[in-house]
Amino acid sequence: MFGYYFHLAVRSLGRNRVLTALMVLALGLGIGACITTLTVLKLLSGDPIPQKSARLFHPEVDPLPAQGYVPGQSKPPWGGLMPYADAMNLLHAGKAERQAVMALTQAKVEPRQLGQKPFFSDGVMTTAAFFQMFDAPFKYGSGWSEGDGESRARVAVIADFLNDKLYAGRNSVGETIRINDHDYRIVGVLKPWSPQPRFYAVGLGGHSYGNGDAVYLPLQSARADGMDPQNVSCWEAADIKHLETSPCVFVYVWVELADAADAGAYETFLSNYAQQQIATGRFHRPEVALPDVMRFMRDAQVVPDDVRLQAGLAFGFLLICVVNTVGLLLAKCLRRSREIGVRRALGATRRTIFAQFMVESALIGLAGGVLGLVFAELGLWAIRHQPAQYAALARLDLAMFAFTFVVAVLASLLAGVLPAWRACMLTPAPQLKAS
Amino acid sequence: MKLHPMIAALRRHKAGVVLIALQIALTLAIVCNAIFIIGSRIERVNRPTGLDESNLFLVTQQWVGAPSADTADGVEKLDVMQREDLAALRNLPGVEAVAPTNSLPLLNSSWTGSVSLKPDTRPGDKSGTRTAYYFTDEQALSTMGLKLVAGRAFNAGDVRHQGFRDNPPRPALIVTKALADKLFPKGNAVGSVIYSDGSGAPSTIIGVVERLQIPATGSWGNNFTWYSTLVPTRLDANFTRYAVRTKPGQLDAVMRAVTPMLYKVDPMRVLDDDSVKSFADIRAKAYRADVGMAILMGVICLILIAVTAAGIVGLTSFWVGQRHRQIGVRRALGARKLDILHYFQLENLLIAGVGAVLGVLLAIGLNLWLITRYEMSHLPVLYVLVGTVAVLVLGQAAVFVPARRASNVSPVSATRAA
Repeated sequence: MFGYYFHLAVRSLGRNRVLTALMVLALGLGIGACITTLTVLKLLSGDPIPQKSARLFHPEVDPLPAQGYVPGQSKPPWGGLMPYADAMNLLHAGKAERQAVMALTQAKVEPRQLGQKPFFSDGVMTTAAFFQMFDAPFKYGSGWSEGDGESRARVAVIADFLNDKLYAGRNSVGETIRINDHDYRIVGVLKPWSPQPRFYAVGLGGHSYGNGDAVYLPLQSARADGMDPQNVSCWEAADIKHLETSPCVFVYVWVELADAADAGAYETFLSNYAQQQIATGRFHRPEVALPDVMRFMRDAQVVPDDVRLQAGLAFGFLLICVVNTVGLLLAKCLRRSREIGVRRALGATRRTIFAQFMVESALIGLAGGVLGLVFAELGLWAIRHQPAQYAALARLDLAMFAFTFVVAVLASLLAGVLPAWRACMLTPAPQLKAS
Repeated sequence: MKLHPMIAALRRHKAGVVLIALQIALTLAIVCNAIFIIGSRIERVNRPTGLDESNLFLVTQQWVGAPSADTADGVEKLDVMQREDLAALRNLPGVEAVAPTNSLPLLNSSWTGSVSLKPDTRPGDKSGTRTAYYFTDEQALSTMGLKLVAGRAFNAGDVRHQGFRDNPPRPALIVTKALADKLFPKGNAVGSVIYSDGSGAPSTIIGVVERLQIPATGSWGNNFTWYSTLVPTRLDANFTRYAVRTKPGQLDAVMRAVTPMLYKVDPMRVLDDDSVKSFADIRAKAYRADVGMAILMGVICLILIAVTAAGIVGLTSFWVGQRHRQIGVRRALGARKLDILHYFQLENLLIAGVGAVLGVLLAIGLNLWLITRYEMSHLPVLYVLVGTVAVLVLGQAAVFVPARRASNVSPVSATRAA
């Protein structure tokens, strides 16, 4: 039976080639636009560290003065950037499974080879647990210890791409690398690692997507050598030569808890810490926050507004294309009243007519889906050639591929319901009489 | 022509009528808002910075192994290095003027603060006006191509130097006209005293420039876009920026000559691919997202309009086919070709009119919803009016071909079977 409907559908579509092409083209364009923007949206709002994003938390406190404080309405400012002292207190308290303090810096790397000019790299100043906490995999060597940080040891972990550039990819553990005019000993080389979005860099002055950082240094050592954090905010006139003791924020703390359910306990600890600081007169506001990775990124509005706007526009576009297809299918089916009348008179049931028309719609949907896929590939190709940070990541994955067809067929079936309903409700007698 | 029979006829095609009206309404709503977004992006991109943007480029460099900017001795050494660079750049053939600067408009690297009429204000004090500083020297105005509208430009005697993390008094300042008018609405800015960044030391406004945008193009800078302040001070740090104005037509040649020349002055520095940038590149980079968005929206609007027009043509064609016999009867009863043409045109106008009314409501609703979620302003009435006229014209254009076909139906078809 299905084969017969299929045959009828192909014949019917073939009779009105221009109209069929128009419907397929409109549907294809709508679906192509939707899939392109959805792929980008999914990419940009993805989970950067799915294996433990629910167990990683970002403690935030509010160090601002009492002036302008509205109880219950204030939130930790600057996306949770923290004063150095408080970050270190949380680090030393060790209440979580793992905890690390971090800031980004611009690292000036001087190659030892003659003829190679110095260059800038993205650097992370952090504490020992960073690598294990964020599951950064090592190719050679390992990270440093908390002791190395406390003693301001000049040790460094470098990314694989920097290792390729400076040491042609060989095991460079033990070599020295000159960063911002100081010699650091390489203790580890990472495998390619760059969670997307780069959640730990968001809000620290780094880019949110794209390549990983090139060098990782102990926070205390790098600060002692005069490396400046990328993002500093001060709430009072401050001596920015001594950020650690100034009324300024410039670091993030991330903690890993053994279980997502421990968040309540940690938040209580954080709250108590804030109260304790209020008692000593350092803090004036008791509000704290402890978002996990996904909530942190939502709060930080990592996904650009333009991308959301584009996705919305694409869905509006698809909606119009579907309305358009409904109209055209309807017109088409009304013209075929006579054919329907004949079929009904010869014994076809309403259900049969309905099924026949739905098969025709589904066929248009499939064709639209294939075309939409082509358009989506084209769209993603265009995005890859844009100068955006996330450009290189824009690729169609298998799930989206399947989704394309589901959307296409659903959209066309939706578009086909009304015409098919109208067709099957026609009473055969008047149609036959009219002719 | 009476509308009554037309409406009666339309009643028999409820679904089709509703679909066309709906499609027109949705198209109007989306296209109106999209064009409004395109318009505001284009307006943003086209606003002049106040600079003379041609023949201007920027050099950003960093020294390797430079002295510390946190010691008095280091600051002096760094200043000597900076003056060496400046002298060398100024001697380069084809160069007209060079000024050290911490930033340029659209560069998105800013030093912001606030200026106030009162001394010793605390940060967050509401009496201050937010501003972005350009630390530069006596060649600033000629290098950037700024237009002085009152007072005088900096002279060599005004120029000081400081470590970039120090905070000494700033006795002389030049402000933009926008900032001067904000601080001194009576227009007596030149010679007046203001206090910058909560300092107790007075700063005298010695000159006013017509226009100078701040470096930030992000939304956080929207409420002080034109409030720039020029400080006659060379900042000494282990990095420097130099704005260079070349003689007309020599931009490329000078840009190529700069890197080797600076390495010759001092090889111990970082100058990478990004270090020498023409202002045109800075502008393109600052606004590329806006331009990209405008193009994308424009393309989608065009396709939308095409799809809607095609839909109208398709549906009307079928109606014409369906009503072949009625048209024949009307023609046989004395209707002229023009009457038939007008009938279909008027019918389309009616449907498109209903769609447009619905579309205007949808467009305004969509705009209000967008305002709650994104930074956007209210849709101006003009956009809605132009959009409405546009969809009505679109409908008429789309209906013309099928309507013409209808008007060509011969009266004889009334006698034939449909």
